[in-house]
Amino acid sequence: MDKEKFDSERSRWLEESYPESEERDDKFVTVSSEPVGPLYGPGDIEGLDYERDLGFPGEFPYTRGVRPNMYRGRFWTMRQFAGFGTAAETNARYKFLLEHGQTGLSVAFDMPTIMGRDSDDPMSEGEVGRCGVAIDSAVDMQRLFDGIPLNKITTSMTTNAPASILLAFYLVTGERQGAGFDEMGGTIQNDILKEYIAQKSWIFPPRPSLRIITDIMRFCAAEVPRWNTISISGYHIREAGSTAAQELAFTLADGIAYVQAGVEAGMDVDDFAPRLSFFFNSHIDFFEEIAKYRAARRIWARVMKERFAAKNEESLLLRFHTQTAGCSLTAPQPENNIVRTAYEGLAAVLGGTQSLHTNSMDEVLALPSEKAAEIALRTQQVIAYETGVPNTIDPLAGSYFVEYMTDRLEREALDYFDEIEAEGGVLEAIDKGYFQRRIADAAYRYQMEIERGERVIVGVNRFAHEDEAIDIELMKIDPSVERDQVASLGKVRTGRDSSKVETARAELRRCAEGTDNLMPAIIECSRAHMTQGEIVEVMKDVFGEYKERPIY
Amino acid sequence: MSDKKTQRVLVAKPGLDGHDRGAKVVARALRDAGMEVIYLGLHQTPEQIVQAAIDEDVDVVGLSILSGAHMTAFPKVVEMLRERGASDIKVIGGGIIPEEDVAELESKGVAKLFTPGTTTSEIVDFVRSL
Repeated sequence: MDKEKFDSERSRWLEESYPESEERDDKFVTVSSEPVGPLYGPGDIEGLDYERDLGFPGEFPYTRGVRPNMYRGRFWTMRQFAGFGTAAETNARYKFLLEHGQTGLSVAFDMPTIMGRDSDDPMSEGEVGRCGVAIDSAVDMQRLFDGIPLNKITTSMTTNAPASILLAFYLVTGERQGAGFDEMGGTIQNDILKEYIAQKSWIFPPRPSLRIITDIMRFCAAEVPRWNTISISGYHIREAGSTAAQELAFTLADGIAYVQAGVEAGMDVDDFAPRLSFFFNSHIDFFEEIAKYRAARRIWARVMKERFAAKNEESLLLRFHTQTAGCSLTAPQPENNIVRTAYEGLAAVLGGTQSLHTNSMDEVLALPSEKAAEIALRTQQVIAYETGVPNTIDPLAGSYFVEYMTDRLEREALDYFDEIEAEGGVLEAIDKGYFQRRIADAAYRYQMEIERGERVIVGVNRFAHEDEAIDIELMKIDPSVERDQVASLGKVRTGRDSSKVETARAELRRCAEGTDNLMPAIIECSRAHMTQGEIVEVMKDVFGEYKERPIY
Repeated sequence: MSDKKTQRVLVAKPGLDGHDRGAKVVARALRDAGMEVIYLGLHQTPEQIVQAAIDEDVDVVGLSILSGAHMTAFPKVVEMLRERGASDIKVIGGGIIPEEDVAELESKGVAKLFTPGTTTSEIVDFVRSL
């Protein structure tokens, strides 16, 4: 049936058969407030060319997946994000997770570590070890991975502004275990653009930050070839309140900006693009999310091929990690979050993710308890081993609705690219508050939809218990963690060779002021047990600090 | 309400975390409810917040933290307002705050804590009642 025929037949059906007056709602929209019709069909995907727009898994434009065999070869990596308290406590949690079948590690750092501040910095008071693990120097990193061989396991580290430093701590830790840089694999998030846009954990201004990132890309291409140098992240953009289309568009726009920066720094696109990976949210709107991942792969492959003329096939692949949506979880009736997370995890798998973190039910209340973390991991294992979903590749392809949504999200993303271009590019758009304003608007609209009761959140604005008492066990961080960490940091400072520290510090400053790659100097600082805060101080002195113009 | 002057509210994020979605939604809701809102933004020290609260002559300070550092930052703002003779300025807070911490913070002078799932209209109503 062609488009015209379908459209006219659907109009007839809507008029003659479909009882519009009996609809249970006056509007049907996605979680992104986009309209959804009652029925999709051939007319909605007219122009879709199988070969051009879908292709085969592992073949251009990769809409159906980046690997030819997808989960028939191996499942996605089950990579649960964890970190709290001291390095020794987190080390024990990692060993627990590995013993229970987790296949990769993912480090959550505390706020001081994320912001490049030492545990004894006045701004760190009350924050040490609270929402992640405290890492001040390579000594802490060694404790974090004690007994975990870094040439065998891959690790993802959620660090951005000071990513160069935590990567250096990690490499020095591996080196001390006897692993070569070329044997170590993992990911640093290192996506500073989305920090200015959404997560707001910045240190330096955007331009020097991009220089640090290109230094990392260049260094790793030569010395740490298995390292994913940037995990270009939509997760935080979505958590900050964006729509699915904005998450898709802003993330890919950031990705394009990094590739552009690498090319402008004189690198061959195929030398670094294969090590770029992505990180998306999986929100609760099932089909919209699946379509988002499929659209993301297609857009990226086309941009890399057509705009950047990448020749290496690996440069075209949008490989991604997914985390289920923290912002979809509810504090009331927290057990319901297990169910939400399971659907979100399933969407990520149907969307072809390479790795997955499923949230724990209690993350809206505290850091995950061991029990909650185990259920979250088991949720992935049920999807993998029981549902049968991973047995065939991209099973929703050809669904009129899913293909229509994939096309629509792609179109919306391309429209946003034009808007960003009109603002003068990503950096200019950040300076002007373009992204920040779009996201704040979407977040506010979403909240108002909930408050008007147009959007139902089970257990919150419908089906709520009066005076609910939450009776799940919550993890608590003992305030002694901060004292212990500060004391341990003091020992590191007094126990090191100060002449080595001064030599390393001077070399770092020389590189920062000039154009030599920063990474070897930062690694030398790490070997000398300089702390993260001390290294950041030198860089701040040269690069300056970012200040945001607050808008709401 | 009509015979009362327009309330002025300072909204700020103390501490290091950058999760400003909630603070911004609340700031906008208070503004839409007719209040004068000063949004101070991220990474503010208690000193900066208290200084701004006094300089801007606000009636209420709204604080938001999602990193778990609320037990340090919130009481500090209350205490410093008291020291500066500005204990008439009420402090409210929001974020991921466990129940037992809520009770302790309220006993230390935070007027009210709002946790996940709170509607903006509850916050608006509370601020109006102050």
